[in-house]
Amino acid sequence: MASLKDLRNRIASVKATQKITKAMQMVAAAKLRRAQQAAEAARPYAQRMESVLGNIAGAISGGPDAPLLLTGTGKDQTHLLLVLTAERGLCGAFNSSIVRLARERALSLMGQGKTVKIFCVGRKGYEALRRQFEKQIVGVVELRANKGVTFADAQAVADKIGAMFAAGEFDVATQFFSRFQSVISQTPTAQQLIPATFEAPSEAASGAAAVYEYEPGEAEILADLLPRNLAVQIFKALLENGASEQGARMSAMDNATRNAGEMIKKQTLTYNRTRQAMITKELIEIISGAEAL
Amino acid sequence: MATFPFELVSPERLVYSGSVTEVIVPGTEGEFGILAGHSPFVSTLKPGVLTIKGDGAPRKLFVRGGFAEANPAGLTVLAETAIPLAEIRAENLAQMIKDAQEDVEDARDEATRASRQLFLEQLKSAAAAIEADSRTSH
Repeated sequence: MASLKDLRNRIASVKATQKITKAMQMVAAAKLRRAQQAAEAARPYAQRMESVLGNIAGAISGGPDAPLLLTGTGKDQTHLLLVLTAERGLCGAFNSSIVRLARERALSLMGQGKTVKIFCVGRKGYEALRRQFEKQIVGVVELRANKGVTFADAQAVADKIGAMFAAGEFDVATQFFSRFQSVISQTPTAQQLIPATFEAPSEAASGAAAVYEYEPGEAEILADLLPRNLAVQIFKALLENGASEQGARMSAMDNATRNAGEMIKKQTLTYNRTRQAMITKELIEIISGAEAL
Repeated sequence: MATFPFELVSPERLVYSGSVTEVIVPGTEGEFGILAGHSPFVSTLKPGVLTIKGDGAPRKLFVRGGFAEANPAGLTVLAETAIPLAEIRAENLAQMIKDAQEDVEDARDEATRASRQLFLEQLKSAAAAIEADSRTSH
């Protein structure tokens, strides 16, 4: 049986751990608010971009000159999986659920005889995929851990991917990230980036689109905007990921704090019982000693 | 004067939103002014100065990369970079021009070189415009 001193030490160490998890939870809560604001601030840009592109793409996609970013290469032999994860752990199942989704997709594509290439953004995803897909990983980008994501980060990733596509290194690109729903719920999501997909403009919107004047021509605008759209989509995913990460960390740390609390309670109980037992034992010893006289 | 709703959006935030009387936008094929009731129109941007005229003094911003969309509901400008002229520093611009210069030198084929050269020229003229503006306003 553990001595009183051991028990006291153990309680003190659990208390220290609880303090850390509590602090991490509060930091995550503050960061979550900022991440959510950033995600919200970016929404109008992505929405407008999508609606304008949807309009133009609808008008032009049938043509033979439609850019490859929109129509694809016409094959789907080589797939690029863009896996967006966090730089740090201790955030529940956040990283592993994104990785699991990507891994399942990679295995099923390989099962169909396709070539798979993996591009990791964020250290955690790379660490998790490195062992199994050593040969498939074609690139890794690490984000700076403490700063929020900036558009320049997304732009850098998009430039790399755009260059790879231009060089004909893959046919289809899909990004994996976690969509933020609430603090307790984040959904790992796969989104196809290349060929670009747009929600078909509604009847009213396409009617309005017909009278737009384009300067320069529609094809030039499309050629200019599609690479930008790639960056915008990645930026949006990174922001969603940022909010999801903080949300996941917040609830994970909340759980950890609660578990630590329970542990402290249990150990304090054991400590008191042991103490009580020792006092009783000493009393018995004294009384029986007195009686023997 | 008639006003119309105008929004200037960058990927990171909504930079400007409000009622204005006129906006002058640096389009790829030349600057153009948008007044209330402009016909539906989409144009890409070149790097340059965007001027917002409404109540009070006109506000000027440096914009780069993106497009403008005018429709009966108002004008929306999506720009990758949008910085008020007052906050812009000469060395930032110089850095941008230097980067563009290096891009031109790095270009491997003729078409990329031409498009990057064009971008560099546009950037230079924008820088000149900004410098002229800061001299008149101080």
